[in-house]
Amino acid sequence: MTALRHSEARVGWWLTVPALAGLAAFILLPFVLAVMLSFTNLRMGSPLPVAFVGLDNYRLAFGEPAFRQGLFNNVLFALIVVPVQTALGLGLAVMLNNRFHGRWLFRTLFFMPVVFPLSLVAVVWVLIFAPGPDGVLNAVLGALTLGVWEPRDFLNDPAWALPAIMVTSIWQGAGFQMVILLAGLQAIPRQLYEAAAVDGAGALRRFLHVTLPGLRNPLIFVVIVTTILSFRVFDQVRIMTRGGPQDASTTVIHEVVRHAFDQGQVAPAAAMSVVFFLIVLAVTLALRSLMRQQGTVR
Amino acid sequence: MNNMPWLRVLMAYGLLLACTAVFFGPVLFMLSGSLKPDELVLAEAGTWRALVPESVSLDNYRSVFERVPFASYLASSLIINGLIVGLGLMVNAFAGYALARLRWWGRNGVLVLVLALLVIPFEAIAVPLFYQLSWLGWRDDHLVQAIPFVANPLAIYLFYSFFLGLPRELEEAARIDGAGVLRTFFTIVIPNSAAAFASVAIVLFLFHWGMYLWPLLMTTSESVRPLPLGIATFHTLPPLAWGDILAFGVLMVLPVVVVFVVFQRWFVQGVASVGVKG
Repeated sequence: MTALRHSEARVGWWLTVPALAGLAAFILLPFVLAVMLSFTNLRMGSPLPVAFVGLDNYRLAFGEPAFRQGLFNNVLFALIVVPVQTALGLGLAVMLNNRFHGRWLFRTLFFMPVVFPLSLVAVVWVLIFAPGPDGVLNAVLGALTLGVWEPRDFLNDPAWALPAIMVTSIWQGAGFQMVILLAGLQAIPRQLYEAAAVDGAGALRRFLHVTLPGLRNPLIFVVIVTTILSFRVFDQVRIMTRGGPQDASTTVIHEVVRHAFDQGQVAPAAAMSVVFFLIVLAVTLALRSLMRQQGTVR
Repeated sequence: MNNMPWLRVLMAYGLLLACTAVFFGPVLFMLSGSLKPDELVLAEAGTWRALVPESVSLDNYRSVFERVPFASYLASSLIINGLIVGLGLMVNAFAGYALARLRWWGRNGVLVLVLALLVIPFEAIAVPLFYQLSWLGWRDDHLVQAIPFVANPLAIYLFYSFFLGLPRELEEAARIDGAGVLRTFFTIVIPNSAAAFASVAIVLFLFHWGMYLWPLLMTTSESVRPLPLGIATFHTLPPLAWGDILAFGVLMVLPVVVVFVVFQRWFVQGVASVGVKG
């Protein structure tokens, strides 16, 4: 029996080694490296020897308007995209939770943008946001407002560039929320709704007192995921606006890439990466503890 | 329950159609634009012809292959994703099984590590990973775009939770019959875990098919670049031919949409199973 245990232990290790090696080499090591680099003076093409510089890079990062703008944009992005996208996903899920013909088809259509690569989504929406009266969105808004709408160049307008990227992201992501919330809705026992109906609760009260509490955990989960994704935004920004005009639509990751690769400022970029990680970590921990607390109450 | 059920049904369908216009409209716009002459894509963008082309031609699709090395982008994407999904299923399923079922020294430590790594977003480590691999002289090939993504904490975690929920009796019966750990895994566990393998495969494929940041950093040769970089390049390549660009887009998304429609059940389950972690 001990021989068996022994072999089980050995097999256990061997089965885990490939994954462990990959995680160590490609996640853990670069992560440690990011933290270390962020305290040095490493620059591309700099003749200075690498030295420890304390918090200089963090000071430099926060002192830079573009990075601050990126942080601000990410926060704004999360504050707008998360609620709007979640409400939209919830609305779609509630609609599709009814039994009707063609439900499968609608679920497929609403979910389809989720499987689209962001680079493609960005290119298609560049066309939709095209300037002039012929641009798709300009034309649609013109028709809806009976010509009152004045066509604009969304992606080159500092006031519109970031909202345009938000719209693109919401379009792409709402189906993800829908699918998870729909699974959550289907897990709520029918009897709860029947009991509420017997007690004389109307549709609104059934939604508030049965649906929402029943969806608590899936809702918190989609909020966590969407919030994290809001801070990771990069592809759309790079392709649609390159952070412009005048940094109006830049994001933290866009600044990281710009500093590291366009300007060779490795260490400040590493510091920005660490700040980005700390934000994501804080958001995850905060929202998760919320989930745990309420989970135990139930 | 309602005096005018037909009115409710009508309103419900109206709402559904409005949502369809919003979510499927841009997809239809892409499809329709890819089938018509380049100059009409924007000229007709504001009319209903944006969605239904007057005449249909595959010229744009031909010029995608002529103007950019589309076949090479596609081959790169298929190689990279094949490696990530193929190796990823193996490596992560092994680890998930060892963590869920076998007893070995250090198991709890590894489990904690996997859960901790879940919160590190790739964007936070892209820059140091770039320098780390460049320092080794490893860049600008297919492998460097795939190997770093094979071991995946989320996939390990999904396998781990699935194997935990699998009834132990099957494995115990096989073990009593004298089968070793590995044989039990291959002959008993894998055949009973099709759902987990399908879900993880689809999640890995979906996450990596659109990968843009990493290939942007790591590649310089067109011959190893995947589709997302291809469309980003094409979209800035003069002369701007929108029909061609949209045709590129349709070709690029076709494999995912086919996988999605055919394996819809697994797809939705896979995405929803991401919701299991919390």
